[in-house]
Amino acid sequence: MTLAINVLLWLVVGILAVIAATRGRVLLDDGVRAGVMEFILLLPRIGVGVVGSGFVAEALPNEWIAPWIGPESGLLGVAIATIGGALTPGGPVVGFSIGAAALKSGAGAPQVIAYSTAWALYAIHRLVIWEVPMMPARVVWLRALVSLPLPFLAAALAILLGRP
Amino acid sequence: MKTAKSPRRRRAFDWSTAIIAILACTAAGTVYVRDGREHFLHVLVGDVSLFGEMLPKVLAGCLIGAFVTLLLPREMVARWVGHESGFTGLLIAAFFGFLLPGGPITIYPVAGAFLVMGADAGAVVAFIVSWTLIGYTRALVWELPFFGADFVIWRMVAAIPLPIIAGLLARIAVRAGFQYRDEIK
Repeated sequence: MTLAINVLLWLVVGILAVIAATRGRVLLDDGVRAGVMEFILLLPRIGVGVVGSGFVAEALPNEWIAPWIGPESGLLGVAIATIGGALTPGGPVVGFSIGAAALKSGAGAPQVIAYSTAWALYAIHRLVIWEVPMMPARVVWLRALVSLPLPFLAAALAILLGRP
Repeated sequence: MKTAKSPRRRRAFDWSTAIIAILACTAAGTVYVRDGREHFLHVLVGDVSLFGEMLPKVLAGCLIGAFVTLLLPREMVARWVGHESGFTGLLIAAFFGFLLPGGPITIYPVAGAFLVMGADAGAVVAFIVSWTLIGYTRALVWELPFFGADFVIWRMVAAIPLPIIAGLLARIAVRAGFQYRDEIK
């Protein structure tokens, strides 16, 4: 599975690089430089988050997590996870670190999906710092309003689909 | 919008990473003291190898994002989405939400341009929700190293209908009297 994904992704990279090269050497160089720079700048943040969430999961006693958002917590657990996700401030490092730590220390997978969906849709800082200044405010509120059911739908659809 | 050309803030570290780093050190210390050195190393090696396994995918995600940014002019996308309407309009907007790389700095101005080019609020909502929930760059670069491929693919496949549902709900709200047009210049 993981090999197939790697092959597919690098095939896409190859095709895009060829298309860029046919439009000129400069475009190819620019693409490679931008992509590699992005990767280097992201590495420390992702590394801290991944290793950190592993230790946080290990340090947290399972009895703390499972009664709230464990696999047996049902719809209430999904609701708790949704509220938690919507109220989580900070960038992807924070959102995904918390989600991964919760999953490793006994949270249910649908609950974690509800958490990261709510976080992705509502992350307070992104809404206030980026979305409101750059978009008509009423469209932002409309977007936030119709997003309310989505974390629940995400968890329900994930359960229907069944974990691979 | 002076920084619109930079896909992300060009910093390798920020305050939220700093908070996670402090939490990580505290947790690592707790594990070391409570469970001993051997268990500490076991956890560390497991996490570092998971991280290492994901690096080729993260690099591929960064390169795909960079090339798509260069090859697909955003003005063209805005024109396409702006000229479509109906259910097709929602589908196209959701598709571009999946396809367009970049962070909030680049995505929201594009969404704003959709409105100016004539797209309705439903299409804009479908685009933003799609970028948020099934955008491949965020999934490849951020989510994959934390959760692994099986979990991320599962979550994304389950999320495919959501941008369309959100877009339809937005249209229902507008039909029920939600006003937004007067703000668009």
